[in-house]
Amino acid sequence: MLLPALTVVAGVVGYPFLRTLYLGFFKAPLLGKTRTFVGLGNYLQAFERPEFRAAVGHTLAFTVGSIGLELILGVAVALFLDRAFVGRRILRALLILPLALPTVVNAVMWRWIYNPEYGALNALLTQTHLLPDYRSWLGAPGIAMAMIVVADVWKNFTLVALLVLAALQTIPVELHDAARVDGAGGVQRLRYITLPGIRPALLVALVLRTVEALKVFDIIYVMTRGGPASSTKTLSFLVYEEAFSFLQLGSAAAYAFLTVALILVFVAVYIRLLQSRGVAG
Amino acid sequence: MPRIRTILTLLAIGLVGLTGLALAQDVTLRALFMQQAAYSDDDVRNMTADFEQQHPGVKVDIEFVSYEALHNKIITAAAAGGGGYDVVLFDVIWPAEFAQNDILVDITGRLSQSMIDQVVPGAWTTVMFDGHYYGIPWILDTKYLFYNKDMLQKAGISAPPTTWQELLDQAKTIKDAGIVQYPIVWSWGQAEAIVCDYTTLLSAFGGSFFDAGQPTFNQGGGLEALQYMKQSLDQGLTNPASTESLEEDVRRIFSSGQAAFALNWTYMYNLANDPAESQVAGQVDVVPAPGDGTHSQVSAVNGSMGLGITSGSTHPDEAYQYITYLTSQPVQEKYAKLSLPIWKASYDSAAVAQGQESLIAAAKQSLGAMYPRPLLIQYPQFSTWLQTDIHRALLGQLTPKDALDDTANNVIRDKLD
Repeated sequence: MLLPALTVVAGVVGYPFLRTLYLGFFKAPLLGKTRTFVGLGNYLQAFERPEFRAAVGHTLAFTVGSIGLELILGVAVALFLDRAFVGRRILRALLILPLALPTVVNAVMWRWIYNPEYGALNALLTQTHLLPDYRSWLGAPGIAMAMIVVADVWKNFTLVALLVLAALQTIPVELHDAARVDGAGGVQRLRYITLPGIRPALLVALVLRTVEALKVFDIIYVMTRGGPASSTKTLSFLVYEEAFSFLQLGSAAAYAFLTVALILVFVAVYIRLLQSRGVAG
Repeated sequence: MPRIRTILTLLAIGLVGLTGLALAQDVTLRALFMQQAAYSDDDVRNMTADFEQQHPGVKVDIEFVSYEALHNKIITAAAAGGGGYDVVLFDVIWPAEFAQNDILVDITGRLSQSMIDQVVPGAWTTVMFDGHYYGIPWILDTKYLFYNKDMLQKAGISAPPTTWQELLDQAKTIKDAGIVQYPIVWSWGQAEAIVCDYTTLLSAFGGSFFDAGQPTFNQGGGLEALQYMKQSLDQGLTNPASTESLEEDVRRIFSSGQAAFALNWTYMYNLANDPAESQVAGQVDVVPAPGDGTHSQVSAVNGSMGLGITSGSTHPDEAYQYITYLTSQPVQEKYAKLSLPIWKASYDSAAVAQGQESLIAAAKQSLGAMYPRPLLIQYPQFSTWLQTDIHRALLGQLTPKDALDDTANNVIRDKLD
């Protein structure tokens, strides 16, 4: 009975995976018939190339920046929405909105917000006198990546907020009441009751968002196409460019595998974290 | 029973009839175009509708993508094998790569000498590699200098600049007069567009890309070109938004009256003078991009594009009919507002020139000065390095010399051909 399922998995996941691994050892033009075996050449090339090292840096910057902000914002909003107040239901429903937006639509929307001539951001900042002149947000290195992170955080912090909110609802009110009777203050209750209660949800959100962020492609493609001065070129973008612009399937496969390796490192750390907490709990 | 038999017979006759009909209309071509600059989507749709009317039995499915997606779309369709496009629009920088990878059909044998002779000299280089023709030029285009007549007049400037230095001087006058904060706007986003502007300047300053296979753009005119770009940005004469702009951004900024000068393709002339599209309609004029006064009087980049037949096409004959129709003189003259014809005779036609006399006058000078980007099989790789390094220089991460040296060193390291 297992056989059909195994076949499907092997065909859909296993074959492309092994095929990519195999291609990574060749100099393989996308359109050519000839392949030359280069062993680990493509992997060595990756480490030699400044482009690749820079892309690893950009990918990590995006991942750490966006996930850090998403976690802080997500938890804060979840804690706020966990309270009882009028309009809470409407606000909770609104949380779904950014999540329901396709990434490409989100990227186009933020491109307009950041537009140097008509963008809402420039208008807001100059009209409130926070900025003397209009400025180019996606045309300056350093700032461009930060602006993409903001656009990504706006869309994705709500996932963290929803997961954490769900976890918050499972914490019994009695625990808080008991703690209050014992004289625990707000900070202590947050530290000893709330945080342990939402830790599993936070880890789930962390793993999901990290894997997504390390693979980031679409928001970059739409907002900056890797510019300015290649300062927003991430690993996935580099893989895409290597395969479809430069027609180097072999090195693209190797770059893709190195991206997977990077993701695995993060996931391994998270799993360790999850297990150690599990034992402690 | 008899009734069922009758129904079945009728059905069978119907099916046969339908098949016959289908056979007569069998040929459907798939064609890929781009969605910016030059002919508008509507123009292409109208031309295609006319073609279908004149060629019963041939239907054309057309698809538009942005210029930035065009190369990779053609490549992936070719890599995926059959069932892709029959006709594709391709840029002047791709024939080497496409010929090498057998993406386009060599149509040298189909072209007559008289047809070749009637086309503007230089247009054919757009579609040629190694002496073979891989398509027919369709969009004959280069970058022109657009200027806002009213702004120049307000600043007391009587004529548009004739050298690049004069452009900076005039821009400074306009800026100092408080007419507009950033007088010049360019398409300097990290894309092929910035290489087009750089090439224009490189040719103006007498530079070259390669000499006997060795990089030469990191010295002489090539270096001066980048220094010029950097200088105009540092002096606040070039709009800083340029480093994230493509051609359509340049058109919007210029058309909303936020620039006195812009470098852009042919299509901007009529759109910037169209009240529905522009707040400065009627104030826009055009001249060839200037020279530096010593090496050149005018400068231009070959930014033309051609129509080709893919090697995977199962209907090369109909595809050839389609591309000869789109590139034919009457069709090109009918739609000469956003893209100029490839035919010599069109430039003396009063109907073509009507309402765009200064554009035609500029074209007559610029088209003869078109400078090519390097003809490399691995052009996309070269261009990506160059775009990144030009950006690094413009944004102050490297000096212009170090930036261009970096690209040159990459070319030598990878033995690009």
